[in-house]
Amino acid sequence: MSTSDTPEAPQKLYAAREPVFPRRVRGHFRALKWWIMALTLGVYYLTPWIRWDRGPNLPDQAVLVDLAGRRFFFFWIEIWPHEFYFIAGLLIMAGLGLFLFTSALGRVWCGYACPQTVWTDLFILTERWIEGDRNARVRLWKSKWDLKKWRLRLSKWFVWLLIGLATGGAWVFYFVDAPTLARDLVTLNAHPVAYSTMGILTFTTFFFGGIAREQICIYACPWPRIQAAMIDEDTLVVAYRDWRGEPRGKHRKGPEAEKLGDCIDCMACVNVCPMGIDIRDGQQLECITCALCIDACNEMMDKVGKPRGLIDYMALKDETHERAGGHKRPIMKHILRPRTIMYTALWAAVGVALTVALFIRPDLQITVHPVRNPTFVTLSDGSVRNTYEVGIRNKHGESRPFYFSLGVDSPFTVNVEGSIETMLVVDPDTEGKTRLYVTAPAGSEVARDDRTEIRIWVIDGVTGDRASHDTVFNGRGQ
Amino acid sequence: MSDNKDQVETTGHVWDEDLKEFNNPLPRWWIWTFYATIIWGIGYTIAYPAWPLINGATRGVLGYSTRTEVADEINRFEEMNAGVKAELAAMDVTEIASNEAVANYAIQSGRATFATYCSQCHGSGANGIEEGNGYPNLLDDEWLWGGDIEAITYTVTHGIRNEEDPDARYSQMPAFGDDYLSDDEITNVVAYVMSLSGLEGSGDVAEGETVFADNCTACHGENAEGDPDQGAPNLSDAIWLHGSSEAAIETSVRQGPFGVMPNWNSRLDEAEIKAVAAYVHQLGGGQ
Repeated sequence: MSTSDTPEAPQKLYAAREPVFPRRVRGHFRALKWWIMALTLGVYYLTPWIRWDRGPNLPDQAVLVDLAGRRFFFFWIEIWPHEFYFIAGLLIMAGLGLFLFTSALGRVWCGYACPQTVWTDLFILTERWIEGDRNARVRLWKSKWDLKKWRLRLSKWFVWLLIGLATGGAWVFYFVDAPTLARDLVTLNAHPVAYSTMGILTFTTFFFGGIAREQICIYACPWPRIQAAMIDEDTLVVAYRDWRGEPRGKHRKGPEAEKLGDCIDCMACVNVCPMGIDIRDGQQLECITCALCIDACNEMMDKVGKPRGLIDYMALKDETHERAGGHKRPIMKHILRPRTIMYTALWAAVGVALTVALFIRPDLQITVHPVRNPTFVTLSDGSVRNTYEVGIRNKHGESRPFYFSLGVDSPFTVNVEGSIETMLVVDPDTEGKTRLYVTAPAGSEVARDDRTEIRIWVIDGVTGDRASHDTVFNGRGQ
Repeated sequence: MSDNKDQVETTGHVWDEDLKEFNNPLPRWWIWTFYATIIWGIGYTIAYPAWPLINGATRGVLGYSTRTEVADEINRFEEMNAGVKAELAAMDVTEIASNEAVANYAIQSGRATFATYCSQCHGSGANGIEEGNGYPNLLDDEWLWGGDIEAITYTVTHGIRNEEDPDARYSQMPAFGDDYLSDDEITNVVAYVMSLSGLEGSGDVAEGETVFADNCTACHGENAEGDPDQGAPNLSDAIWLHGSSEAAIETSVRQGPFGVMPNWNSRLDEAEIKAVAAYVHQLGGGQ
């Protein structure tokens, strides 16, 4: 900061991105990341192909978001639009889960499970296969655009595009029957929306994973900013034990080594970092706690015969403690503390509530909207009629008759519009709608009264199940 | 990023002797995106309506306007419905109900037509706005001029008692107060009419029955059940077009109601008339 604090110094308006060439690394965390990548990508690509038999009139795809039919199928669960609170509940659980993991383990989501991280990892992997490890890539980057560079670059981009295409391709399968759509896509018969969605996602995957990479986390993602509010002194972060490592210097033997710390300044931690930072500078916004620097440093420490853990997962509280000469403390006691227990309790409470709601939700439902314009009609014989817009949800895979009733001792008569019957047949997996007429006989008390509370019942003609809806009958009020 | 931390520029501003403001440069792509938005903005204001002038605004070289977009959309829907509308125009009104596609179009478009042209008198809910104000309630089961779909279509087409259409439905109730009946006779006949539907008037019902038989049966019928061929209402039921109070009925007898409805064949095309008839017919009272 001392180099250019004169007002005359020309000021740069922009900074070019410094390219990052992460080196290959081996270790526990790297292995864990490979497993998580295999799991998440496997779930993402394979889920649409799981079949689930629901009978003749319903789709047999286990997970299907049927936007046109307004249904969400998830294995044995079928969600209708009016049950969207289940989705809202799942989102709340996802949010609370993120809070829980962040307060306990820091940015594990960023480091291990975020699609941006997983796909970037995959892109870097293919990059290494095609162009070689870090040193080869740096050389290639600096070299002229000759035939070899073009060949390597083009084949890399081609593979990236294929990955992008597969990513976008898998996405659209969640919204329509996957085998049918796959056939249509190949024979060019699919809907343009499918192709454009795939095209957009191919491009975004290519751009996010291949070109933008860590810049998405640093500039575009709001989550690192929210982290700042979530992280406290007990949260796990990746930290460098500078009190052990400094002063850093090249590894050597003899009396001079006595003056140096454990850090041999090999730059391994910097070279493997996908975010392009130096963890030894301390806590940084850019750090996604992917722990690859821990693996890299441990490998070096093993080689030079020094204890592991120069770079390590650590709570900020322990950092202070150790710096003051305290012993290393177990990580578990940071994870179990009131805050994380509270998040777990909240998370579990929402989960239990949703599960209970799922099991007690009724099979048969009726909605009733009284027609208010006008509130009643006087018929020529002096009887008074009210009209209700009624909907019955038939959640079964077959067409069913449903019967309306106001109860056996009701003074009212009831009939479905356009007929004297009380029956309505509803098609499978749809909401049947009709206008329902409720009539109070001439001269009766209910015809004269201003308002009468009534309960409209609907009875499933097959199972005998019943559901009801309370509403109001408007009489003449005189 | 962090490895050039020591070379971060400052803006040269210094406060409190040693507090300096860093000049952290923006990423290059951000700057270029910023410039690109400026260029885009200029291009946009040239291409689309943008700059306000004293009267209106610049129109933009593409000639875009939301008004033409609405017009296009209306045209698009009219083209989409042209087939079913032509089918409706050619169809006999009695067959509409049995053709699901045409019936659906007729009821939906009839609802819009009703809201535009009919709701002023009959009310947006088609209940005649208020009981006894002289505008018929179209939801109930009494029809002055017939309640089947053909009769409704005829009424909508030609109207009632208007001077424009010679085919308009026509009848006229005399003003019995103008020297036809004495005040006593009127009071008695009102009492008789009220007694038919269980109401009580101040006159003599037996006397009134005689007055009714002499003067009213020609149109309203011997049992006062009305005659849809001449628009004579049923006086023995619970529905009162002009009110059921003694004063209201007396006014009707003295002055003779003369409800008018325009002929819609001069404003609506055949498909629209059939659509509005189909809509009214399915409101709950159609026969």
